[in-house]
Amino acid sequence: MSAPKMTMAQAINAALRDAIAEDDSVVVFGEDVAQLGGVFRVTDGLHQEFGEGRVFDTPLAESGIVGMAVGMAMNGMRPVVEMQFDAFAYPAFEQIVSHVAKLGNRTRGKVRLPIVIRIPYAGGIGGVEHHCDSSEAYYAHTPGLTVVAPATNADAYGLLRAAIASPDPVVFLEPKKHYFAKEEVDVSVPVPPIGRAVARRQGKDATLIAYGPSVPVALAAAEQAATEGRDLGVIDLRSIVPFDDDTVCAEVRKTGRAVVVAEAPGFASVASEIAARVGERCFHHLEAPVRRVTGFDVPYPPPKLEHHFLPGVDRILDAVDTLQWEDAA
Amino acid sequence: MTVNLGNIRDNCKAMWRCGLSAGQLKAAITPARLLDETGRLVRGASAPDPEALVEGYRKLVFARRLNEQCGALVRQGRLAVYPSSRGQEACQVACASVLADGDWLFPTYRDTAAIAARGVDPVEVLTLLRGDWHCGYDPNEHKVAPQATPLATQLLHAVGVAHAARLKGEDTVVMALCGDGATSEGDFHEACNFAAVFRAPVVFFVQNNKYAISVPLARQSVAPSLAAKAIGYGMPGVRVDGNDLPALEKVLGEAVARARAGEGPTLVEADTYRIESHTNADDASRYRADDEVTEWLPRDPLLRVRTYLTAVGALDDDREQQITAAAEEMAAAVRAGVGAETVADPEELFTHLYSTPTPQLVEQRAALRAELELEEA
Ligand SMILES: Cc1ncc(C[n+]2csc(CCOP(=O)(O)OP(=O)(O)O)c2C)c(N)n1
Ligand SMILES: [Mg+2]
Repeated sequence: MSAPKMTMAQAINAALRDAIAEDDSVVVFGEDVAQLGGVFRVTDGLHQEFGEGRVFDTPLAESGIVGMAVGMAMNGMRPVVEMQFDAFAYPAFEQIVSHVAKLGNRTRGKVRLPIVIRIPYAGGIGGVEHHCDSSEAYYAHTPGLTVVAPATNADAYGLLRAAIASPDPVVFLEPKKHYFAKEEVDVSVPVPPIGRAVARRQGKDATLIAYGPSVPVALAAAEQAATEGRDLGVIDLRSIVPFDDDTVCAEVRKTGRAVVVAEAPGFASVASEIAARVGERCFHHLEAPVRRVTGFDVPYPPPKLEHHFLPGVDRILDAVDTLQWEDAA
Repeated sequence: MTVNLGNIRDNCKAMWRCGLSAGQLKAAITPARLLDETGRLVRGASAPDPEALVEGYRKLVFARRLNEQCGALVRQGRLAVYPSSRGQEACQVACASVLADGDWLFPTYRDTAAIAARGVDPVEVLTLLRGDWHCGYDPNEHKVAPQATPLATQLLHAVGVAHAARLKGEDTVVMALCGDGATSEGDFHEACNFAAVFRAPVVFFVQNNKYAISVPLARQSVAPSLAAKAIGYGMPGVRVDGNDLPALEKVLGEAVARARAGEGPTLVEADTYRIESHTNADDASRYRADDEVTEWLPRDPLLRVRTYLTAVGALDDDREQQITAAAEEMAAAVRAGVGAETVADPEELFTHLYSTPTPQLVEQRAALRAELELEEA
């Protein structure tokens, strides 16, 4: 029997519904999440099902949303808050960086903040400015935050459940271009915990390392490479923090070649961190320097230019071509 | 419990100093009006100049036509998205028409019609929404800031422009627009407070259209009104019927005059209504009843001016037809302009970010150019 097909929005909705039903301390709030069910319909029906005490709209203030979540978590609740879009989380940046990330450390672990900050993120939907930012580096650079980015709908369900159950604050980055794509999701099959990367495709020649919206792009590139006689593996990081050095390095040591794929601008990015870690740990196994294929170091472009910005199959394969194959021959 | 009379006296003095009186409290709560919903002058109001009001009416018709045209363009896929100001056209027209050439306007994503009323070519304004670039007009040329999407952030920029003008001895006034939802953001508070403390020549103009996407006003604020918030900052707050063009022009005009005279900022709240969904991508039937919309339709801002002007004999069929024909011409020009094929230049991604591009950007631009040349070949 095959599992039901769900979009990523539905998978996240199911995770929220199950978490609210199972645990009285879980509350969901944000902008337009109640009556409307969220601008992407991720919280559709939850307010109607669980009521105002569990799922509610707030005044329009992101700093207020995250700041209130801190206090609610201090008083025993597990807030799951929604930032409407990536760039609209920035008013909450101070609360996230100065408090959400640090309170546990500041209090020597006496105060734990089981908060999930859900953020629809990244591009590929033809959105106008401020609606397509890849903001993961800001969060990943902030010690104290767990940063998760699912690439499959099953992971979206499983990782969100794990994020809500986590005693620590989690920034949960939802690739918005996946929201409406259907995949089979069997919620009864447990997914690996937060912090574990998985190889989505085994390959002998080189390893593509990706997360969130770049995973299907990397898989498409591997598919294309196979028709050209190159066998590429694809790793889906699943979480950026904690980073799974073991899985990533084990795969890269097998192939000796690696390309990191990410949508965010490459400078001082998560992709850079990955390249550095792999370089440090796999140096003696590498046949070529680790390459990064990322967005350009520019603000996210207007809709008509976004395809020039996004790392696509061709750019990935071009990077793979530069991995010093002739030396191996 | 003992009452500290000293404190009460100090408070009264402070209120006196900031000029708060019962009348001002009332002004912040009861909407000012000149024309009622049936298009009649309210009792005791002085009649607006009919010729000036015909000009205002012409602008209202243009604003409405522009909203309709943009709605059609978004349905045809020519615009990525359109947040309509249908029902709010009187606000759109008034906030632009009270400004002098040297004044500044700080609009939001919803204020396309206001920017057009300020004299910017609508096709240039729509550059953003058709997805060509983030801002299609020159802010300095028109003294119109780029449309702000991150809510309330532009209000602080408005205060900055105003304060700089004061420091430089210029008599510029800045009109800063936002919605009811945006008044909940921290930046709204900071902007109001800065403006009041520095007596900056700013008019904060809140178009209270009752919704922030799906969230109704009651979830934003339980204050007696949004204009009433001004009192806490020590500036006047005035509430006005947002569908009454002459009342808006009077209230906003007075606020602009105050600012220009060095008397500091004013917070004006327009009581209006968003007739359409938040944008074409939104489905308002999920959160509000059709009845509510229907109730607002008779309060239409165009209708009441037309009724009044017709009654006083300032508007006849001929003039109405001229105005409609001119609006059609504008709409045709918008259709042609937005419909024209534009070639967005990918290399532009790299050209404006720094006054001198970084070496990395130079490299990336060259890489993109090489890619494009390869594609062409
Ligand atoms: C900081 C920020 N948070 C969230 C959003 C998403 N958003 C865009 S418009 C809007 C509603 C704004 O309502 P209001 O201020 O009343 O203006 P209106 O759209 O009604 O004109 C929201 C939540 C945003 N643009 N900026
Ligand atoms: Mg509003």
